[in-house]
Amino acid sequence: MNLMGILKRYRAAIIATLALAAFMIFFPAYAPKAGASLLEQARTMLLVVPPIFLLLGLMDVWVPRETMMRFMGPGSGIKGPLIAFAVGSAAAGPLYGAFPVAAILMKKGASFTNILIFIGAWSTTKIPMLLFEMKALGFRFALARLAIDIPGIILIALALKAVIPKAEVERMYAAAVAMDIKPGMSPAGGKRPAARQK
Amino acid sequence: MDTLILYIAAIALFALSAIRDRERTKKAFLKGLKALEGILPQLLAVLVFVAVILAVFDAEMISRFIGEKSGMIGTIAAGLIGAITLIPGFVAFPAAGELLRNGAGTLQIATFVSSLMMVGIITLPVEIKYFGKRAAIARNAFAFIFSFIAAVFVAWVVAL
Repeated sequence: MNLMGILKRYRAAIIATLALAAFMIFFPAYAPKAGASLLEQARTMLLVVPPIFLLLGLMDVWVPRETMMRFMGPGSGIKGPLIAFAVGSAAAGPLYGAFPVAAILMKKGASFTNILIFIGAWSTTKIPMLLFEMKALGFRFALARLAIDIPGIILIALALKAVIPKAEVERMYAAAVAMDIKPGMSPAGGKRPAARQK
Repeated sequence: MDTLILYIAAIALFALSAIRDRERTKKAFLKGLKALEGILPQLLAVLVFVAVILAVFDAEMISRFIGEKSGMIGTIAAGLIGAITLIPGFVAFPAAGELLRNGAGTLQIATFVSSLMMVGIITLPVEIKYFGKRAAIARNAFAFIFSFIAAVFVAWVVAL
């Protein structure tokens, strides 16, 4: 890939870095804290994200599409949402870690509703975090939140399904497949051919 | 701790995979790397923005907004702050507990916690990359509204 291509792809990151530099110059009082939080976030992100992607690579080559369809596909019945809930809740890590996992689930044929439930569960009903929440905020607080979150996740999933047009969902699935770069394609992939056709 | 488990799992599964099929394992590794490289620009941008946001919204600043008797405005502020910050649970929960013990309302704290976990304004670029603009924005909007509903319920249960 040429230099211009790289610059263009990383445009947002470059702008953000310049903004951070400006922020640190104009508000020197915040500079040390901004630096510290940058390091802290970088540590989390750079440590947590790579193994997730490598595991997704494994999943991509080993899990057959038929298996995923059976467990989480449109015809999986009640099994699908239950698995989506369980997998999302068992996961650890920040929400942005859930998106690439969702993409690979889409690629393998999980239904859109199940994807949405999975994202919802990952965002808020995480089991490891529940214990933490109980300790810090109290038993009642944590359990009440869990109790309202479960119907909430389902409600949000249904609402999203209602407002997002079918064509948009199809485009998402096409993009999930396109994220995977086939041999011979340029590494500039990750762009969505399906989205560009429109 | 979570990270350690993640690495152990990755190493163990890659070893297992390599024993069964070397070529496939190599393919899996390259696929993972390529996908990671695909999202890296968005990830880096998010990383830098988070640094700025968290520098401004530290515990002291947050407590000023959603502290004792902050009422309706405090609740809305709690939702907004939760939406734009990105703090891992194991940091956020103890901090929220501290605020609660120092007199912040359950309603405000529950709104903050819910919106923090379900809404991610700064991570939108990453979400959009996978889900498209419309779905990503709609999900965050619904989750934001739901945070207030969940908080009302939590506050009601805690007060019972």
